[in-house]
Amino acid sequence: MNLANMVERTNSAGLTRNDYSGESSTLCKGCGHNSISNMIISACYELNLRPEKVVKFSGIGCSSKSPTYFLKNSFGFNGLHGRMPSMATGALFADTTLKGLGISGDGDTANIGLGQFKHLVRRNMPMVYIVENNGVYGLTKGQFSATADYGLSLKRQGQNVYLPVDIALEALAANATFVARSFAGDPKQVKEIIKAALSHEGTAVIDIISPCVTFNNKENALHSYSWGKGHEDPLHEVEFVPSRDEITVEDFNHGEMREVALHDGSTIMLKKVDKEYDPTNRKEALKILADAIKNRWLITGLIYVDPDAANMLDMYDLPETPLNRLPVEKIRPSKETLEELNQKFI
Amino acid sequence: MQKKLNEFSILVSTVNGSGSATANNALMKAIFKMGIPISARNIFPSNIQGLPTWYSLRVSEKRHLARVDEFDILINLDKVVLADDLKKVKKGGLVLCDQPLAPELVEQFHGMQLPIQEVLEKAESPANLNVYLMNMVYVGVLAALIKIDISLIEETINQHFSHVEKAVKPNMDVVKIAYGMVTNEMTEACPFELEKRNLNEGYIVTDGNQAAALGALFGGLQFSAWYPITPATELAECLNEYNPQIRNDPETGKATCVIVQAEDELAAIGMTIGAGWAGLRSMTSTSGPGLCLMAEYIGLAYQSEVPVVIWDVQRVGPSTGMPTRTSQGDLTFSYFLSHGDTDYVILFPGNVQECFEFGWRALDIAEHIQSPVIVLSDLDLGMNNWMTPKFQYPDLPIQRGKILWEEDIEQILKKNNGKWGRYTDLDGDGITYRTLPGNTNPRAAYFARGTGHDEFANYTEEPDVWKNEHDRIKKKFKKALEIDPHPILERNYHGKIGFISYGSSHYGTEEASDLLNAEGKAVDYLRIRSIPFQTEVNEFLQAHERVYVVEANRDGQMAQILMLNFPELAGKIHKIAYLDGLSLTAQSIITCFDDQEKK
Ligand SMILES: Cc1ncc(C[n+]2csc(CCOP(=O)(O)OP(=O)(O)O)c2C)c(N)n1
Ligand code: SF4
Ligand SMILES: [Mg+2]
Repeated sequence: MNLANMVERTNSAGLTRNDYSGESSTLCKGCGHNSISNMIISACYELNLRPEKVVKFSGIGCSSKSPTYFLKNSFGFNGLHGRMPSMATGALFADTTLKGLGISGDGDTANIGLGQFKHLVRRNMPMVYIVENNGVYGLTKGQFSATADYGLSLKRQGQNVYLPVDIALEALAANATFVARSFAGDPKQVKEIIKAALSHEGTAVIDIISPCVTFNNKENALHSYSWGKGHEDPLHEVEFVPSRDEITVEDFNHGEMREVALHDGSTIMLKKVDKEYDPTNRKEALKILADAIKNRWLITGLIYVDPDAANMLDMYDLPETPLNRLPVEKIRPSKETLEELNQKFI
Repeated sequence: MQKKLNEFSILVSTVNGSGSATANNALMKAIFKMGIPISARNIFPSNIQGLPTWYSLRVSEKRHLARVDEFDILINLDKVVLADDLKKVKKGGLVLCDQPLAPELVEQFHGMQLPIQEVLEKAESPANLNVYLMNMVYVGVLAALIKIDISLIEETINQHFSHVEKAVKPNMDVVKIAYGMVTNEMTEACPFELEKRNLNEGYIVTDGNQAAALGALFGGLQFSAWYPITPATELAECLNEYNPQIRNDPETGKATCVIVQAEDELAAIGMTIGAGWAGLRSMTSTSGPGLCLMAEYIGLAYQSEVPVVIWDVQRVGPSTGMPTRTSQGDLTFSYFLSHGDTDYVILFPGNVQECFEFGWRALDIAEHIQSPVIVLSDLDLGMNNWMTPKFQYPDLPIQRGKILWEEDIEQILKKNNGKWGRYTDLDGDGITYRTLPGNTNPRAAYFARGTGHDEFANYTEEPDVWKNEHDRIKKKFKKALEIDPHPILERNYHGKIGFISYGSSHYGTEEASDLLNAEGKAVDYLRIRSIPFQTEVNEFLQAHERVYVVEANRDGQMAQILMLNFPELAGKIHKIAYLDGLSLTAQSIITCFDDQEKK
């Protein structure tokens, strides 16, 4: 045995993959959410992120439990059902050098939290917002969520008689600046999209179809593994290139490419699969989503990105020192200032 | 004729949206500047234009500033309500309106028709301004009749229009012409008169919402999210106005405080709690309906131990209730807010000066005990202009409580042999040491949650751990007593009977206590300023045979909470609780008191 192989590999931050792990998962074996957690770990490891530079947020649900299963050395807050966006919005003002990473479920986002979700997106608060979308309420044992397929029947629930909410479409309607969709059964794509999202300086919405093997994994259900595998229609293959990696000609010589430059200098390389698709064209994005609904396609990949849009933090002229590290002298005006105000009120 | 000097009340009724606020404000401020104590109240509809609105002024050398419901002077520009208004005027009172008084009323009142058209014609003011300027006619006439110094009216109008100087002249022209039309005989015949005093030295005029906003900004507020709701809106609007003026870093010009208008109160509280957790001194402001929406989140803040201030400017509930009327009806709800066992520090500012003080102090208390602090103000305090002692600069440096940065963690680990977690009670006072996102010490990070957790913030459903954690949390509220404001013994007539009151009911209660004492009934008065109760409350209850708790709600909410806290003294506690949307008058308190004492 080669001794060198026994030394754990480290990334350029000097951290092992284990440094990005969390508690062991208590979710069901085979739950799509677990595979997403793993890809979050890989993405952060490969991006050489420092865990203390990431802050995790979640709502309530099986999906929202998962932030404890990765990045144990990151701060995090498990909030209320459907109301993680507001909590994240407030917290991220404290230190704008931190990356926000929100995990939600389809019930959490598209039912109780639809309002907060859309307002987060509308304000374009820089953070990654992952919806682990299984079409059901996992944690409360298998009721329909707002993304459940029309006509789906579930044990004890009967048939779903309402049309589903499309999270990517809702995000786009709210003027999202980054919208992607993926499938938990396609870990490579999930990982590349998360990497790109972490470099986006705005709200990056990722709708990940993440089968609930316990309550919604029928062959013909849109949110099942078998259906996902059969109907996944990638717009392109996504390859994320961090800003510090040099792009060599050889790497990207093959196939047809489209490059999207993100604000921090990194790029998303999109390899053509079978169609020419421009993810910076909002109209195209809306059309492709509408087509997918009509044809029951699972469109995956980067659906829309506007890397240059102003974000919520741009609306405030914040100091370089994080607000939560400002010394108390900086946050109480002087006695003289109060005296001047008093004069105004005489 | 014996004139009433510096001790009378005025009711002005106009139509809302007609710009009478400028005129009313000029009267109030000018009298204030004459050195005579005065209080003012706006009774307005939940509507933007066209409905009756009332403004009442009470001048009182004796500093009795409570509401009254009988008036000495009526100014009426709204015919629709004239008949009703006249019922509120005392016999022999002065009535100014824009029509002649009916013959049968001439006997009862000193009536005068306001020469509105005449004055406006003489002033040659632009016709489009007449609706606004007509209010200045009663300012001029009243000034002449009761001898308000007209130069002080001019001073006030100058202040008011400091941004639109060209508005000063047309307004003052009208005031002066109207003033000139009052003859000496008319002034002589007026039964009311003002005379300069020097009783307002060191006082300013402002409202409780503005005071709260400034107090918070001087308290190092760093984050506030809010959603518009009467009567709390102005608080947040004041934050927006003053934040850039006084809270941009003088060296870099950068913002040190962030204000966000949220999409609703669910989000306003969520953002505020997120910010509080991440180490920003944060507060949200709202009223009853908003507080209802915030309940679940505040429970989360209690459970995960996040400092945050919730400033509730109370209006009449339940439901939409009477949005523009005052009440103290949110106490019970605040006290028990959220499901499960909870405790809150609740503060009761009793005047505008305390709105400023609790604005900064509440942030200190919240960070000290790492828990939500609820401040119960109300519409009467929040939206009315009050004379109040100048704002006092905080007498304590900003208290940030137990926060650990990178180095601090090393030290605490050394001191405790490596044993420390977010919820470890190292000091035995229930208050644990918290870290903030961005802290790069490898031991700093933790995962906050509303679920059961151990001292390291890890999820657990262990029965013992839950119980111990919550027993510890309870301890923090003992600790809060060390920095919570104490009650004030407002009146000590050494009687066997006592009043307890709080918040804006203070004014009626203090006057009632004085009036009763003048009748030979000694009733002492303790004003509560915080929950949990300080020991003085218990002592006051012990020391009196009967204690009447005076408050503006139907059920006697404070009385009930006192009974819960002091069951062995519950028999002594009686209620003077009354809610009709208006602040309590001394007279209504006395009537209720006498009725119960007779039994
Ligand atoms: C205010 C509130 N209402 C209801 C619940 C109960 N509840 C817990 S999780 C959940 C649904 C979660 O569904 P989803 O977000 O899709 O997550 P999943 O479990 O499917 O991953 C509900 C309704 C709650 N926790 N809070
Ligand atoms: S119930 Fe469904 S969503 Fe929840 S852990 Fe199990 S598989 Fe995952
Ligand atoms: Mg779900």
